[in-house]
Amino acid sequence: MNDGLPLWEVFVRARNGLSHRHVGSVHAADPKMAVEAARDVYTRRLEGVSLWVVPSAAITASDPGESAALFEPAADKVYRHPTFYVVPDNVKHI
Amino acid sequence: MQNDLALCLGDDALILGHRLSEWCGHAPTLEVDLALTNIGLDLLGQAQFFLAAAADGASEWRDADALAYRRTEDEFRNCLLAEQPNGDFARTIARQFLFSAWQEPVLRELAGGADQALAAIAAKSGKEVAYHASFAAGWVIRLGDGTAESHRRMAEGLDWCWRFTDELFEDERAGLRAEWDARVDGVLAQAGLARPKPVRGIGGGRHGRHSEHLGHLLAEMQYLPRAYPDAVW
Repeated sequence: MNDGLPLWEVFVRARNGLSHRHVGSVHAADPKMAVEAARDVYTRRLEGVSLWVVPSAAITASDPGESAALFEPAADKVYRHPTFYVVPDNVKHI
Repeated sequence: MQNDLALCLGDDALILGHRLSEWCGHAPTLEVDLALTNIGLDLLGQAQFFLAAAADGASEWRDADALAYRRTEDEFRNCLLAEQPNGDFARTIARQFLFSAWQEPVLRELAGGADQALAAIAAKSGKEVAYHASFAAGWVIRLGDGTAESHRRMAEGLDWCWRFTDELFEDERAGLRAEWDARVDGVLAQAGLARPKPVRGIGGGRHGRHSEHLGHLLAEMQYLPRAYPDAVW
């Protein structure tokens, strides 16, 4: 039966102040049904305070064939990580 | 009288919750499977509270478990609609839609009532039932306004359940009929479904006169506690 229903990606905000995170997908005929399905499948154990659903078809993904060009250049650039200075103990959440 | 009300509402929730649990692993999709069993679990939670309120520590019905697992079918006070077999998905949705559209205003009135304990249970349960009602109405519209096949099944499901709806408005619940009618008619209009033809209503559940289905349901639900009394995990 799912064959006829579009796929939706589900994002859950676990707590106020945090960002929505991708948790999985559901099949649904329309946005309202997708939110209800996401609520039942992904938040029934109190996992979240807010839900987003996005038609999977609306997502443009990077091409795995271009992984080398897209991602490997970052591998040898350790200086892009902010680890070369001392963070005072009192400064949190960095 | 208050205890009677708690017993009726607790039994409605317990029996319908059990019916919904029968869909576990059998629903048309994973999403629907979880939705129906979530609703079943909500109802089971409500049953626990209402039956605990109906229990009498001094009698053999000392707690919710005793009431749920040790009564025979003629001692249950649920409405006949709650105990009806699932049928196909459309009939299950019809049953849920008609029931939740009734349960929501019942709990709303109870939440504003004088009995503080029942009011607290009703306020908590009301939020759950608002979702059940919206979920079921959504599916009534989707199936009614869907394919020729889904429309036919939805209409059949409603027809099948219709004769059990008069019982919901017996006695002091009669005042809720107009609101329920308007709500049901509104959803049916959106779904492109005709209101089922009037039929002679069947009642008796509130007095312990049940359909043949309840005994079979209880046989399954009560088997373990009857075979192993006071068993614990």
